[in-house]
Amino acid sequence: MNCQHVGTLKVLSKLNQDKSDAVIALAGNPNTGKSTVFNGLTGLKQHTGNWPGKTVVLAKGNYRYRNKIITLVDLPGTYSLLANSADEQVARDFICFGNPEATIVVVDATCLERNLNLVLQVIEITPRAILCVNLIDEAKRKGIVIDFPKLEALLGIPVVPTAARDKVGLAALKESLHQVVFEHKQLQPLSIRYQERIEVAVATIQREIEPFLRGKINSRWVALRLLDGDTTLITEILNYISGTGPDSWEQGSNELKAVKCYE
Amino acid sequence: MGYAEITLTALPIGQQARVVNVGMQGLTRNRLLDLGLVPSSLVKAVRKSPGGDPVAYKVRGAIIALRSEESRLITVWPLD
Amino acid sequence: MSNEENCFQGIVAQAQTAGAEVGPVRDQLVLDLYRQTQEIARQVVKRQGKKEDFDHKIDDFVTSKYFGYPLMLTLLSLILWLTVSGANYPSQLLSNLLFGFGSHLTAFCQWLKAPDWLHGILVLGLYRCMAWVISVMLPPMAIFFPLFTFLEELGYLPRVAFNLDRGFKRAGAHGKQVLTMCMGFGCNAAGVTACRIIESPRERLIATLTNNFVPCNGRFPTLIAMAAIFLSALVGTANNLLTTGLVVGVVVFGILVTLLISRLLSQTLLKGVPSTFTLELPPYRWPKMGTLLIRSVLDRTLFVLVRAVVVAAPAGMIIWILANVYIGEVSIIGHLGGFLQGFGYLLGLDGYIILAFLLGLPANEIVIPILIMSYLSEGVMVEPSSIEDLHRLLVANGWTWLTALNMMLFSLLHFPCATTLLTIRKETQSLKWTVLAALIPTGVAILVCFLVAQLARACGLV
Ligand SMILES: Nc1nc2c(ncn2[C@@H]2O[C@H](COP(=O)(O)OP(=O)(O)OP(=O)(O)O)[C@@H](O)[C@H]2O)c(=O)[nH]1
Ligand SMILES: [Mg+2]
Repeated sequence: MNCQHVGTLKVLSKLNQDKSDAVIALAGNPNTGKSTVFNGLTGLKQHTGNWPGKTVVLAKGNYRYRNKIITLVDLPGTYSLLANSADEQVARDFICFGNPEATIVVVDATCLERNLNLVLQVIEITPRAILCVNLIDEAKRKGIVIDFPKLEALLGIPVVPTAARDKVGLAALKESLHQVVFEHKQLQPLSIRYQERIEVAVATIQREIEPFLRGKINSRWVALRLLDGDTTLITEILNYISGTGPDSWEQGSNELKAVKCYE
Repeated sequence: MGYAEITLTALPIGQQARVVNVGMQGLTRNRLLDLGLVPSSLVKAVRKSPGGDPVAYKVRGAIIALRSEESRLITVWPLD
Repeated sequence: MSNEENCFQGIVAQAQTAGAEVGPVRDQLVLDLYRQTQEIARQVVKRQGKKEDFDHKIDDFVTSKYFGYPLMLTLLSLILWLTVSGANYPSQLLSNLLFGFGSHLTAFCQWLKAPDWLHGILVLGLYRCMAWVISVMLPPMAIFFPLFTFLEELGYLPRVAFNLDRGFKRAGAHGKQVLTMCMGFGCNAAGVTACRIIESPRERLIATLTNNFVPCNGRFPTLIAMAAIFLSALVGTANNLLTTGLVVGVVVFGILVTLLISRLLSQTLLKGVPSTFTLELPPYRWPKMGTLLIRSVLDRTLFVLVRAVVVAAPAGMIIWILANVYIGEVSIIGHLGGFLQGFGYLLGLDGYIILAFLLGLPANEIVIPILIMSYLSEGVMVEPSSIEDLHRLLVANGWTWLTALNMMLFSLLHFPCATTLLTIRKETQSLKWTVLAALIPTGVAILVCFLVAQLARACGLV
């Protein structure tokens, strides 16, 4: 059943043909308001709904900020990027092989601990990540207070609080994104450490795999995945570094449905 | 106190517990791990559905419903 | 390249051995990740006051043993009642307006001295069919969609899935199938796409093949009209309350059929063990009413309506031609209707009804307009502009309460519309499942209608 989801790279190659200065991925747990952020930024009308799994079709949209055209890709919500499901694979492949200029991770301010799990997994893949802490209005209502400067310091990536439905914080989000993408703001994301045994094994694999990746993919992350026995990644990597995609990706191109469609 | 390990299914509503073991393999296991149900994390049984199954648990701030097929394979250590 | 690939595979194998030596890698990775998130959250998140939130209290009620199911039924009834009673007047108004304008068009054609056939195709065919679809479809949708979107944005749907999961587990299906059914109320094609939230291919197929048993918005007006006609034929009156009750009954029957067929499928064609079920129950979020109204009317209502009108226009023309081109003494539509008459009678319907369902394949919305036009072509009566007129037209064509009842059942259970079938084709990538998705419901519809008709006739009820 994975066939319908293998379109990620194809989608990207399509995106690059469009007149766009940067492609940005919107990732996050289900139901955190990704589509709402997407709508708020692009002015499009992706359907939203308060249940996990509302968005199942990749959608893209543009907006202009400071004379740059930004393309946003609304990814399906996932709990992790460890590729347990087709959705997670789509999100992972897009962030990893789709070369988005940056990835916005949208998290739920009322459930930060669980959501941060995905954030850590994203910054493990790419340093160009921005954290959008959404639903701050709900957090406020529930008496949850978040120390944003501290969060930013701990994670080492820009953190923007938003209430996307009321368009609160979206201007700051655009500006933050602009700085990361076009002003090459240096980010130093938190480096995630594992137990000694794992670190030792990873270091060895990383050394050997390095030459194959030619600097295109984060070698530590690949080493971690291989140690984890993630076989879904192997063919993707081979294709990515050789720069070709199998024909099967053709099929997936309809994945990128026009946003105007019903659902 | 005098509690012993029980399965998550046996955890009474309203009670908290610490996860001891997630006793299944493969995809199901990974799924639960990703939701934050890892050994040593806190869970609380929140409510039963009208038919008694599934049961909703609070895990790391989120409410997650599990069927008894899954919850009976998870062992926990009840807390007061 | 292949040399490089071999090298790469070598490293992969090596990594796997290393992984096996380290122990359960995934566990340790996830544990370490969560250890770190826990630490970060501890440092940055503070809670003030209010311990148990309001959500908890609402959920105690919404998922309670005694109130859980009645509440779902009440909400369903309430939505349908508001739709039925609210749509009545605006439908009438629209219909007067549009058909009034239709007479002007006719006058205009006469003034132009346009040939009869042109006037027939354009005004009596195309325009009237569109007018029917708009006046019958628009008001109920404009009421239903905002109400439904309200529940969706509030966060009620996952609770419905939580409450009903037990039934779906017994049927060997996935609890999230309920969410796909909820989407199906709006549009079955959307419901089929929503099936992607079910990971297990087996359970996803079950949800896909049975989504059609939830009546979509295109079928609600049919169900409502038929319920009213059934009631006035049987009890003499049809008030909004009774009509709503009957439609709710039909919807519940559809859910029961869904469970039954899901169960049969998982015991035969789609055998297998249930997969994992994990469903997050998100906190309730009070919707923003302004945006909700605008979006649900503009995006959902108009989208579905435009799609229906686009289909209705050519369908209207074709039907008019079929009804006005004669082979011998009888129009083409008469021949077709006559040909299907025997089969229709077996199901408690008639040949024209079967024909209307077949021709209505592109969109369920056009079934009733087609039916009316075929009856009108027999020259029995003038254009019906209210439910009473419609009732008279149908009775004049031999309808009884049984016809109305079976029309409801057939509409609820029959093959999905073309858009939905295409979506199923796209989602399953398989012709076989697409064909089954049309055959299974049709089989059920035929069986149920046949049994009801035979039973009613055997008992001498009609
Ligand atoms: N109160 C409040 N509600 C919000 C906010 N942002 C989004 N929501 C609501 O949260 C719910 C989920 O929003 P979506 O945008 O559909 O979430 P998503 O992340 O796209 O969800 P999936 O597609 O299921 O992964 C919807 O009901 C939104 O109306 C916000 O800032 N404040
Ligand atoms: Mg979404």
